Amino acid sequence: MTGDGTAAILAVDNVTKSFGGLRAVDGCSLTVSEGSITGLIGPNGAGKTTLFNIVTGFLKPDSGRILFRDDRIDPLPPHQIFRQGVLRTFQIPRELKGMTVLENLMLVPPGQAGETVWNPWFFRSRVARQEEANFVKALEVLEFVELGHLRDEYAATLSGGQKKLLELARTLMCDARLILLDEPGAGVNRVLMKKLVADIERLRREIGITFFVIEHDMDLVAQLCDTVIVMSEGKTLAQGTLDEIKRDDRVLQAYLGGQYR
Amino acid sequence: MPRFRAKPSSFIAPATVALVTALLIAIPFERSNGDTSGVISFLVSFLTFVAIYAIFTLGLNVQWGYSGVFNFGVLGFFMLGAYTAAIVTKEPASGSFTDYIGGFGGDLNLLPWLSSEQWLPHLVGLAAAAGVAGLVALLLSVTALRLRDDYLAIATIGVAEVLRRVVIEETWLVNGTRGLTGIPRPLGGLVGSTDYKYLLLAICGGFLVLTYFLIERAIRSPWGRVLMALREDEMATEASGKNVFAFKMQSFVMGAAIMGAGGAIYAYASSSLTPEVFTHFFATFLFWAMLILGGSGNNRGAIVGAYVLWGFWTITLQFQSYDLPDLLQTRMPYIRELVLGGLIVAVLLLRPAGLLPQRRQVSIWVERQLRRRPAAPAGSPTEGASSNR
Repeated sequence: MTGDGTAAILAVDNVTKSFGGLRAVDGCSLTVSEGSITGLIGPNGAGKTTLFNIVTGFLKPDSGRILFRDDRIDPLPPHQIFRQGVLRTFQIPRELKGMTVLENLMLVPPGQAGETVWNPWFFRSRVARQEEANFVKALEVLEFVELGHLRDEYAATLSGGQKKLLELARTLMCDARLILLDEPGAGVNRVLMKKLVADIERLRREIGITFFVIEHDMDLVAQLCDTVIVMSEGKTLAQGTLDEIKRDDRVLQAYLGGQYR
Repeated sequence: MPRFRAKPSSFIAPATVALVTALLIAIPFERSNGDTSGVISFLVSFLTFVAIYAIFTLGLNVQWGYSGVFNFGVLGFFMLGAYTAAIVTKEPASGSFTDYIGGFGGDLNLLPWLSSEQWLPHLVGLAAAAGVAGLVALLLSVTALRLRDDYLAIATIGVAEVLRRVVIEETWLVNGTRGLTGIPRPLGGLVGSTDYKYLLLAICGGFLVLTYFLIERAIRSPWGRVLMALREDEMATEASGKNVFAFKMQSFVMGAAIMGAGGAIYAYASSSLTPEVFTHFFATFLFWAMLILGGSGNNRGAIVGAYVLWGFWTITLQFQSYDLPDLLQTRMPYIRELVLGGLIVAVLLLRPAGLLPQRRQVSIWVERQLRRRPAAPAGSPTEGASSNR
């Protein structure tokens, strides 16, 4: 539970993850409240992306628990966590280069009959109906992120910022409850950034998706996030509004070192 | 990213096919001093084996071309299929120089009023060949398929070599190096032996067409889209909610089953098997070369690749019958391999997508939707050159 009384959609409970001798995440605990846009900031190497990888199942924690709506998800593989409605984007976009922008999106909807091999062999009308629905949905999402004109291009030919938008678009192809964005603003120009902020806010407002965002750009964090969590050396250092965080001595120390205390 | 550059010129593929075809007709015609019937039987047997090899190339295309599963042990599944089909269709071993397990041919004549001895053992043998190869792939995928590309390649070579050694050393199994002969031919009693080659071509060609349609239908669908996605990026596919390992396994097993079936057809067509035939060069490398040349990720490309490459291989064999200087004559087998290697390097450098590049849209239904709703900007939706934004 967080201060304002809303329920926690995600709770990280005393999670630890080591790589060899390095403790990337070291007893980290935090909560993300439902309907919020929560920022996750911290110096490089603080363990933010590792934490995202743990929450989405790409890494298994050495100890601790991850709760999504009070259910443990840490033992699940990534595709099952996806089915719970927890989606992610990648810090470095992982677009499917040799596929068109449109089919990058059409891959995503869960429960496609055509993914079971005998359906395209023998039950083609059912596959056809779903494909049409997913096609229409993908076009809508592409319009939403303003990539509609690029729908038939190979994803490899997009610019860096467009790839970031494609990552976001991918998460909109199904009923997401919680979306983890890993540096959505990195490499995105100012104009596109404004749009990104507007998109995220609109999604929260209209569909009620919760966002958990790693971001280094403090302007973007200020515009976007209602709560900010600071991580340092694998631990949660502070949690609050950006103004509260800015006044926190420990945060300044973590970012800048002890001499500015 | 040469793969995504503007559309490669489309005349090279038909031109290559035309050139190979012309040589395939002209050289035998010249060698036989204009004996048309000789040329025709040469072409018939050539096409029969192209059809068989195209089946392996299609199987490899499912694994590598679409899913990025690096199987360098085609040989293993080829052998499994060929020997399984042989011991299913043959009579039990007899005589002091033959020793092998199985031999169910006679027991399978279950519908004698339909002359089932002519075809039923072969169908059972085909199913068994695909099944055994698929089963071995399934067992292998539990352990090896989690390996990274290069390690998987090494593991599959290893398995193929183990199978080859077992066939050679365990003489009780499939008669070792003495091989199996007299594998009954499908529908062999229906036509005279001089005309059987046409029937055989029809059987092999028919099976190729069937395989092509089954694969094409499966691939050009959401199923194929997931395979393609995991070829491009496994992590992103996993993050899109797909069970990457399950799909990889399906692709590996299906490809292996197709290779097993191809092995069965090979056994029926050649009617004898010896382990010397199954070299890594012939039974793995050549199929890779066919796929790379024809175009990974395009089923028609796989077939065209089999045609062009086997055509090249056959034509260069014919060169040996010419009165060449000794210097060339004695080195011809090695020159062929050298030229083949050079050809593959040239394809990879100049035309990495192969003769027929992959189609832009994976799913046939997406292609149909796009035809109904053309894109707003200029350029055709299915073949438009990529813009460099």
